Amino acid sequence: MSEFQESNQKRWSHLRKVLERPGPFSHPEFEPSSEILDFIMSSCKLLVIGAGGLGCELLKDLALLGFKNIHVIDMDTIDLSNLNRQFLFRHKDIGSSKAEIAASFINKKIPGCQVIPHFSKIQDFDENFYRQFHIIVCGLDSIVARRWINGMLVSMLNYDDGVLDQQSVIPMVDGGTEGFKGNARVILPGMSACVECTLDLYPPQVNYPLCTIANTPRLPEHCIEYVKLILWPQENPFNVPLDGDDTQHIAWIYEKSMERSLQFNIPGITYRLVQGVVKHIIPAVASTNAVIAGICATEVFKIATSCCVPMNNYMVFNDVDGIYTYTYEAEKKEDCLVCSQTPQILEIKDPNKMKLRQLLELLAESAAYQMKTPGLTTVIDGRNKTLYMATIKSIEERTRDNLNKSLVELGLRDGQDILVADVTSPTTLIIKLKYVIDDVEMK
Amino acid sequence: MIKLFSLKQQKKDGEPSPRPGNQKKASAAQLRITKDINELNLPKTCTTEFPDPDDLLTFKLIICPDEGFYRTGRFIFSFKVGPNYPHEPPKVKCETQVYHPNIDQQGNVCLNILREDWKPVLTINSIVYGLQYLFLEPNPEDPLNKEAAEVLTNNRRLFEQNVQKAIRGGYVGGIYFDRCLK
Ligand SMILES: [Zn+2]
Repeated sequence: MSEFQESNQKRWSHLRKVLERPGPFSHPEFEPSSEILDFIMSSCKLLVIGAGGLGCELLKDLALLGFKNIHVIDMDTIDLSNLNRQFLFRHKDIGSSKAEIAASFINKKIPGCQVIPHFSKIQDFDENFYRQFHIIVCGLDSIVARRWINGMLVSMLNYDDGVLDQQSVIPMVDGGTEGFKGNARVILPGMSACVECTLDLYPPQVNYPLCTIANTPRLPEHCIEYVKLILWPQENPFNVPLDGDDTQHIAWIYEKSMERSLQFNIPGITYRLVQGVVKHIIPAVASTNAVIAGICATEVFKIATSCCVPMNNYMVFNDVDGIYTYTYEAEKKEDCLVCSQTPQILEIKDPNKMKLRQLLELLAESAAYQMKTPGLTTVIDGRNKTLYMATIKSIEERTRDNLNKSLVELGLRDGQDILVADVTSPTTLIIKLKYVIDDVEMK
Repeated sequence: MIKLFSLKQQKKDGEPSPRPGNQKKASAAQLRITKDINELNLPKTCTTEFPDPDDLLTFKLIICPDEGFYRTGRFIFSFKVGPNYPHEPPKVKCETQVYHPNIDQQGNVCLNILREDWKPVLTINSIVYGLQYLFLEPNPEDPLNKEAAEVLTNNRRLFEQNVQKAIRGGYVGGIYFDRCLK
């Protein structure tokens, strides 16, 4: 055995103990083999979304676990305030792309690892990009972004006669932290609860009652919210919308909040607090990120190797006072807007002849739909378009002309998704048009 | 439990999409607002106005109460639904100047479900009913316009007169109100 092989054997000996022999926690169908380590190192392709507090931890954990093909997406650049916990970044990196610096740091430190950075938004990529990954791991602080990637992964599922094709499932492991609290979850799109199923679980933004802010403030936060919500639009001090990153704006809010707090005898206004309230900052705690990322990376490892049964499926963590964790099965919602439906395909014989009116008649009359007053919208070239909606007068008047246009005239293409809302269904249905003739003349 | 992928399975970059037409997909917010709008069940005192029928996220609600202090007026609210709907509530402003304990001169509206009590299960319809209720039962307990709230608590007749004066257009308590008769 060469020296290199020997050191390599040593380097991964701990993983091999788990992957090359069965154990009490093994998955029932687990077949120990040396091929599994090869899979992790040579074929398994991961995507990490976010290279911030959680992302830095995730990249480090996954790379040290043996994963070599990792892509990372982050649209942000490095800020001074990141450096205390986002340990892949140094002072000289301020202003550079988080994804790029994180990738080059990991690639330099961990031999054989190849992280590919994408300095962009997740919305810049389409399903062809996302399809290349075995597992997607998220370390995001935005609910909009989580909902977007969740919707993308669900929309990539394939069904055969209503039965989910498991090859089309890309598992998503999602971590989130807020101060001393965090959560980690495993989502098997189409099979277990998705982000949209559990939208109620995400803490809403703290919103104080407006009348309290206006008349009976008790907290320094109430004073700051008053200046932000009521005084700013009234006085419009800089003639521009409030920008939380503009120090002049924050200074103005600070000064006015101070005045108001003196008026009501409320102590506790500081410049930092003003900044925090205006930008909705919740202080990040490095150890919470480390714990949650560690759990997420372990779940990725379990799913990729099948060596253990993955978490089922939602874990909450809190270390405000001691350490508390609880894991339970978040339930898939039967009427989830995103994952409850298998895509419906509607075959269209002649989209040049078929008028929107006939499509509506079909939805009302066909035994499969029997709709009452369907409202139809779609997305064309990235823009929302309302095709017809009878229930709202001002919309009906201006979409009525569409009824006599053919599907092709309306710009609807083969494979187009039509969003159909109707009282007969608890969710908006997505109906995919399939043009069955092959000589459609597209404009 | 399933094995999600066999070890040999290689994923390929940019393999051709099995679906025709690779377009941008509708967001979850768009799916939900399509449902909310199609099923708006307005009380007969309310109408909506969509300046752009393709944009279901921006619209106006017009309320003409048929009873109570405000029965002679016509009040316009603007709705802006954000990309994080229904996780976050829509932003609602009153565009008509109104003498009302729960609405201020800038059009801010104090309605609990617009802020602290919003939940994703609520709909646009819930807000419409909430706003309508504000005109039937103005609430002096949680005032945004403190003067109006005090008048309502201490002298309902004067409050009624002030509301009517404001709706016909004119000064109430040193503040000028534009006419908003039905
Ligand atoms: Zn779901």
